[in-house]
Amino acid sequence: MDKLKALELQKTATIIRKYVIEEVFSAKSGHPGGSLSCTDIFTTLYFDEMNVDVKNPKWADRDRFVLSKGHCAPALYATLAVKGFFPEADLYTFRKVDSYLEGHPNMTYVPGVDMSTGSLGQGISTAVGMALAGKIDNKDYRVYSILGDGELEEGQVWEAAMAAAHYKLDNLTAFIDYNGLQIDGNITDVMNPEPIADKFIAFGWNVIVVDGHNHAQIKDAIEAAKTVKGKPTMVVCRCIKGKDVSFMENQYGWHGTAPNQEQRDQAIAELDEKLAAIEAEIAKEA
Amino acid sequence: MGKVATREAYGAALAQYGADTNIIVLDADLSKSTKTDTFRKVFPERHFNMGIAEANMMSVAAGLATTGKVVFASTFAMFASERACEQIRNSICYPKLNVKIGATHAGLTVGEDGASHQCVEDLAVMRALPNMVVLSPCDEVETNLAIKAAIDHDGPVYIRLGRLAVEAVHDAETFKFELGKGVQIKEGNDLTIVATGLMVQESLKAAELLAAKGINARVIDMHTIKPIDKDILAKASKETGFIVTVEEHNVTGGLGGAVCEAICDTAPCKVLRIGVEEKYGKSGTPAALLEKYGLTAQAICDKITAAYKGE
Repeated sequence: MDKLKALELQKTATIIRKYVIEEVFSAKSGHPGGSLSCTDIFTTLYFDEMNVDVKNPKWADRDRFVLSKGHCAPALYATLAVKGFFPEADLYTFRKVDSYLEGHPNMTYVPGVDMSTGSLGQGISTAVGMALAGKIDNKDYRVYSILGDGELEEGQVWEAAMAAAHYKLDNLTAFIDYNGLQIDGNITDVMNPEPIADKFIAFGWNVIVVDGHNHAQIKDAIEAAKTVKGKPTMVVCRCIKGKDVSFMENQYGWHGTAPNQEQRDQAIAELDEKLAAIEAEIAKEA
Repeated sequence: MGKVATREAYGAALAQYGADTNIIVLDADLSKSTKTDTFRKVFPERHFNMGIAEANMMSVAAGLATTGKVVFASTFAMFASERACEQIRNSICYPKLNVKIGATHAGLTVGEDGASHQCVEDLAVMRALPNMVVLSPCDEVETNLAIKAAIDHDGPVYIRLGRLAVEAVHDAETFKFELGKGVQIKEGNDLTIVATGLMVQESLKAAELLAAKGINARVIDMHTIKPIDKDILAKASKETGFIVTVEEHNVTGGLGGAVCEAICDTAPCKVLRIGVEEKYGKSGTPAALLEKYGLTAQAICDKITAAYKGE
């Protein structure tokens, strides 16, 4: 990935992170920590990989995406809005009673959302179904999904993992947002899902471990997955929960808590500062 | 005419209507019992065994349906409606995806496998889900047409099917199936028996026993539990003044509950609910179980006679 492309993705990711803060702040509830954690996976997928059409969200040959960790809807909505599926101004209606932007994504209301999720463990199974349909129909679309590391504690994830390997779904690439934290604390204290990579290898998956905030590494993993035949790929992304907001980083308390006005102002100021630095670098490169 | 289990009719119907390449069938290691193997023999490329993993199967079915497939997901009623209940709710019904759940081995007449496999709560559980249609056919002809109706309906459908071979009620040449419409199969004005599944056969026989006692019972085959036919029930309430529901299901929340809900606002009358009375099943032959749980024609007749005379 050339430097300018990497900088552009960082810029987009920072804009998405600002919207995550604004969504959760205006809703006075929601999940900022995990949303900030998986933002760079979203950015790479929607701005450097996925074949989607914002004017025709239900296009039959599009690549599919399932947010198995549905509570990170703020990051998904911000990504889809910045991509152009719906107006960015609507992000401020998140979680409000007349809004189409539910607390967890609903495919029947939101342009660009391919599956309704929210109940952990089910999204990856639906992604398996979409990938199986692609095989049945000899279509070359690809299916992507993001899971949480805490989500791996759901037994259904392993049923889905078994099925994806059994049916050789090499058109399926999933990502684990491996930030090590869940609502009640460290994943290793609550119910240890480790070793994560080894478990998916044992289940018959191709596994790639990357820095989940490095767009080039994420993109390389996506490309590598396309060359693997007969196996689904799991990209284990080492991430920082609350990434790029200093007081939220690595704090499980920010899993499902909204910032107050002062905290929102500080978060936005930090992200604006980062955005300015990225734009300055882009200006130098261009 | 020989007896045929509704699960047999289900497998045959899948094979009959399965030429539509949009139809996909999933099973959870029970395809010889659920009879989806009848479909597999004809269309092996569109039958997928998902292993003993019902929760995953339901969500995979949802994912397939997002691409325009008509997906049948089959297992025993027990494991479909209750083990995978939340997957049916969140992956299938909430987004209103086109998944049909072929739930076999419902009720006590599973027989010797016993209580762990005898699902007597599925109608109540599935009926509670918005967007769900719930079908409970009584014989081969009705099952065939129920499957056709399920394919034609855009959205989730739960189809309750039995293991036991049962007698024919309907004539293939003349029977018309309309989703959401009950079928009056015997006239009568003293009371109305509303039955579903294999209790339709028992109720017809019970009506004959009642006739011998001078009680003229109307009999309605209620093959659609949701949406329930309010019109036929209101008419029965007004014309006969007494409704008896008969189901191979717990008396809570199933057909009896649906009938009471349907008439309570606009056409209330006395209702006797006959079914499994807040108990789990047990091992035994189907006939012995129906006897033990009071679901034979004679037992139905006796309960109705006592209630009718007590009026």
